[in-house]
Amino acid sequence: MSDAQKYWQANIRLVIGCLVVWFVVSFGCGILFAEQLNSIRILGGYPLGFWFAQQGSIYTFVALIFFYAWRMNQLDKKFNVSED
Amino acid sequence: MTNLQLWTYCVVGATFALYIFIAIKARASTTGEFYVAGKGVHPVLNGMATGADWMSAASFISMAGLIAFKGYDASVYLMGWTGGYCLLAMLLAPYLRKYGKFTVPEFIGDRFYSQTARVVAVICLIVASLTYVIGQMKGIGVAFSRFLEIPFNYGLFLGMGIVFIYAVLGGMKGVTYTQIAQYCVLIFAYTVPAIFISLQLTGVALPQLGLGSTMADGSGVFLLDKLDKTLLDLGFNAYTTQKGSTLNMFLLTLSLMIGTAGLPHVITRFFTVPKVRDARSSAGWALVFIAILYTTAPAVGAMARLNLIHTIQADSITPDTSQNLKLDALPAWFTNWEKTGLLKHDDKNGDGRIQYVGKNFTGTDVNGNPIQNEMTKVDRDIMVLANPEIANLPNWVIALVAAGGIAAALSTAAGLLLAISSAISHDIVKGIVAKDIDDKTELMAGRIAMAGAILVAGYLGLHPPGFAAQVVALAFGLAASSIFPALMMGIFAKRVNNTGAVCGMLAGLGSTLVYIFWFKGWFFIPGTAMAADTAANWVLGISPGSFGAVGALINFVVALSISSVTAPPPEHIQHLVEDIRVPMGAGSAVDH
Repeated sequence: MSDAQKYWQANIRLVIGCLVVWFVVSFGCGILFAEQLNSIRILGGYPLGFWFAQQGSIYTFVALIFFYAWRMNQLDKKFNVSED
Repeated sequence: MTNLQLWTYCVVGATFALYIFIAIKARASTTGEFYVAGKGVHPVLNGMATGADWMSAASFISMAGLIAFKGYDASVYLMGWTGGYCLLAMLLAPYLRKYGKFTVPEFIGDRFYSQTARVVAVICLIVASLTYVIGQMKGIGVAFSRFLEIPFNYGLFLGMGIVFIYAVLGGMKGVTYTQIAQYCVLIFAYTVPAIFISLQLTGVALPQLGLGSTMADGSGVFLLDKLDKTLLDLGFNAYTTQKGSTLNMFLLTLSLMIGTAGLPHVITRFFTVPKVRDARSSAGWALVFIAILYTTAPAVGAMARLNLIHTIQADSITPDTSQNLKLDALPAWFTNWEKTGLLKHDDKNGDGRIQYVGKNFTGTDVNGNPIQNEMTKVDRDIMVLANPEIANLPNWVIALVAAGGIAAALSTAAGLLLAISSAISHDIVKGIVAKDIDDKTELMAGRIAMAGAILVAGYLGLHPPGFAAQVVALAFGLAASSIFPALMMGIFAKRVNNTGAVCGMLAGLGSTLVYIFWFKGWFFIPGTAMAADTAANWVLGISPGSFGAVGALINFVVALSISSVTAPPPEHIQHLVEDIRVPMGAGSAVDH
């Protein structure tokens, strides 16, 4: 396999990993399992499912994008395809 | 002139002076500056500009009100309008920046070597952006008429005039720097009242933590528990639990996410940063700046609801309503907002006081008569606009909210108008009608298109079509079902060819339009709906607003299957795809 293919594969793996987390925090914790999670309380009086839906998922999205950007920059360097 | 009006004139006037100052400083002299600000915008600043571009009058004025009245169910908007940035950052923005051209339809036309694909993309872009602009124009007019008490249309003309100056002169360059200023105004205007109210109710300054804290009244009860109990006692639905169907919540969230990632005026912002790397981090910064407002909004919604109820309605419901708001002692904000028609009351039982209860309430007053709801209209929008007044905040804070609402509406309107004018001057005029015009002529065409777009948007703002409220579903449906899948397959599926892409876009677009029109009326003309817009009629219970995700799926399936049985794209297109997948060499793509 060529370097270009390896780079693309590593990229796809990273994106899939990030999107799994993206799906779990929003659709999983915020919608599908919100009711069950609501029996747990965090940060004082937040029911956990409600917190994920209105706060936690958004914080996770922000962290995910920066993690993705950081890992991609590493991959760019490793495979020598960086802009500079 | 009252003290509040004086404050409002000063604050709004100062922000307008700032926008005009920027317009004069940031004039565009080439098409590169007009369309993509010369690709020299710092990623953090671009993130800020994207925040203002994205957060519209709806985010600023309407969203907290939506949360206040829908509680947990409104989470779909919070997750949907932020989660799309993950898709944008990981699936689209860096690659489109690498391609390095000026508009979204241009990429679609080049990648699928098809003018038809480009024209379909232009049409989707214009319809989605124009429908969106109507709401912004309305927001500007409302903010002016309530806070400065000048007629709606004067407010609209003033707003159009300001946008005209900086968008026609500066193009993307002028829009970018004004959006940065507008972000600062709107986020300050949103968070300051939120901090005040959070301190009043919970003693915690940070609204994001205040929402999970105990009440400051010494009772030790959590704010959310108190809200749930108050609402249930008064016959409303509980706040923190789900009311709607899970399938629709799921699909609506997904549709809003995909639609967000596919809205051209947002995507174009990522064409303005210097490097591919910057496009990745800039999406993160954009979401940071958006998240500041989006994580504050739930606190504003919950606290505003609690404040509103407590101002009108006594703590506990007993036959004795003697603690309720008295008609002869209504606060100033109450009468002021009644003038706008957004708030109405009716003393049904004639006791001289207002009772504010939900439809599940069954109680009787001291005379044995049933207590009815007497707040006959509480418009959602007043939850943000009137919130500082309800909470008795100082006048300068209220003036700030007016300036913030106007900044949110202006910044989004300018971004949308720029997307429309670029599509007309670059994709239609330069791309199809008059291919050989030089840079100077194209720049002039861009300015004329911008001026025309402002006039059309202004006209639609003054004479909003009756369906204005329905069109948000349409804008997101179009972006989700046609633009996002085409862009994503253009990058990730090398095998997708012109026929597949065009058929996919038309299938996604067509199915979504038909589904929306079926329940809302053909072209939203009243009385032409094929079936009543109720859950019983919806296919599998999917609401028209949530259909965008299904349309996107149809687009993907059609495009991939047709491409697999027709000829693969020519060699140079396959090279193009391989080239946009690596960041190296993005600098050279700047040349046109």
